[in-house]
Amino acid sequence: MRLSRPARGLLAAITAVVLALIYLPLLVVFVNSFSTSQNLTWPPPGFTLEWWAKAFQSDGALDAVLTSLQVALASTAVALVLGTLISLGLQRFEFFGRDAISLLVILPIALPGIVTGIALNNAFRTGLGVQLSILTLIIAHATFCIVTVFNNVIARLRRLGTSLEDASSDLGAGIWTTFRLVTFPQLRSALFAGGLLAFALSFDEIIVTTFTAGSSVKTLPLWILDNLFRPHQAPVVNVIAVVLVLVSIIPIYFAQRIAGAEKVVR
Amino acid sequence: MTVDAPAPPTRRAVVPQHRRTIARRGSVFLSRHPRLRLSLLLSAPLFWLGLVYVAALAALLITALWTVDSFTGQISQTWTLDNIVAVLTGSLYQTVTLRTVGVALLVTIIDIVIALPIAFYMAKVASPGAQRILVIAILMPLWASYLVKAYAWRSVLSQGGIFEWLVSPFGGHSPGYGLPATIITLSYLWLPYVILPIYAGLERVPDSLLEASGDLGGGTWATLRLVVLPMIWPAIIAGSIFSFSLSLGDYITVNIVGGANQMLGNLVYTNVGAANNLPLAAAIALIPILIIFAYLAAVRRTGALNNL
Repeated sequence: MRLSRPARGLLAAITAVVLALIYLPLLVVFVNSFSTSQNLTWPPPGFTLEWWAKAFQSDGALDAVLTSLQVALASTAVALVLGTLISLGLQRFEFFGRDAISLLVILPIALPGIVTGIALNNAFRTGLGVQLSILTLIIAHATFCIVTVFNNVIARLRRLGTSLEDASSDLGAGIWTTFRLVTFPQLRSALFAGGLLAFALSFDEIIVTTFTAGSSVKTLPLWILDNLFRPHQAPVVNVIAVVLVLVSIIPIYFAQRIAGAEKVVR
Repeated sequence: MTVDAPAPPTRRAVVPQHRRTIARRGSVFLSRHPRLRLSLLLSAPLFWLGLVYVAALAALLITALWTVDSFTGQISQTWTLDNIVAVLTGSLYQTVTLRTVGVALLVTIIDIVIALPIAFYMAKVASPGAQRILVIAILMPLWASYLVKAYAWRSVLSQGGIFEWLVSPFGGHSPGYGLPATIITLSYLWLPYVILPIYAGLERVPDSLLEASGDLGGGTWATLRLVVLPMIWPAIIAGSIFSFSLSLGDYITVNIVGGANQMLGNLVYTNVGAANNLPLAAAIALIPILIIFAYLAAVRRTGALNNL
């Protein structure tokens, strides 16, 4: 199959149009963060830096960002460990019930968030009788973050095969040494990619969060939900969204570079 | 002429003895007992998923069989099928279920139709440099908060918003808030989740296969239909799981841009919160659970679950 020139051009045009559509709402957010209008009229009536100044002085917003960072880091860490363990178990062994376990890993992301949310809320409060807190929130987030790590790591393990590990153990390395010096270095970029997705998933999650966070815990999405419909705060929310998108370029760029570097070596 | 004969080996190189540390002994023991290795690997994650997730889901389902004391507002553990019957027979629940499934299916189809050409362009046409930039461009909007993006669509579609500003010279109108706005916004929100697996699937299709198909006389459409599509089918299904299930449970987007429309998530949410009727909420939650299980069971054979 060789694509004709017009076909390539058409594909490029479609891609460009859709990318424009993807960035249109983000552009609106960006422009509105400088707009003097508080109720999002278009075109914006005037230019102001007031919201940007307010955003960086807003304690609520900064606290919420810190809380979200904590939750996302902790649940990503848990998901990295559990996801790696489970993918090693499922990829390197053949046993009855393997499919059931892989379904079990996918379930927390495949079932709607509200189901996961009320199930965990019910279990924590009436089942275990614990107060909702930042800890229950981390537990909930880690549960649905496992799958992103799992998918990345198991795909990598499938591609790697076991020959290098076999060679390592033939040369006398024990299980730990083989994992530390042979398996782990080859998994590193898959772990990074999976961890990044897990982090993003947790950082932006709102539905499960609504049901599993203690009342004193304000993650960024919860704070945004509180402030989105307040006239004086909505533009500040826009500023924060713009900053997040800009900051996200850094980890995404590194993930891409790592993936690209590996592609060349392969 | 004398040749220096190599000195006869007096000693073989000695393989250093392993120190018999505890780690070494543990390692030897584990390599002899693969089952034990497996159980050690799986015990922690299964403990977590089983205890935290499966137990919680089971408890929720059991709650659906209980009832709420209308006087005290407490859950009373009398066994009854009333909630299930109410959900199965109530016309409200039937309408909302149909609406929700319809929205989720439409969103999924729209996303796949948009994602296929883009993913194909990214994986097979664009140069490696452009490819990397495109992946970043697709990934970046994921980091703008879900709420902010939904709210941005509210502003785009509002009266006097940018959409009307763009289309009014051509006599167009903004669809306003309602189901079309919900479908547009949900398609927008989940599009990257559909593009990325399909792109990854296309990357795994070797170019040589496409060339072989062309050399054997396959036209563009024949190649796409007979070579590419079967290979990326699991990836398409994997993407659809995201858009379908994320739409199925959504209640926030429909609140922001959906006008007065309700989806299943809204019914669950009001019954947990305002109505304080967890058993009924649990019974309603059974609907999306069953739909997703049916969907997963139907797509399991395609191998889609390995492509998420």
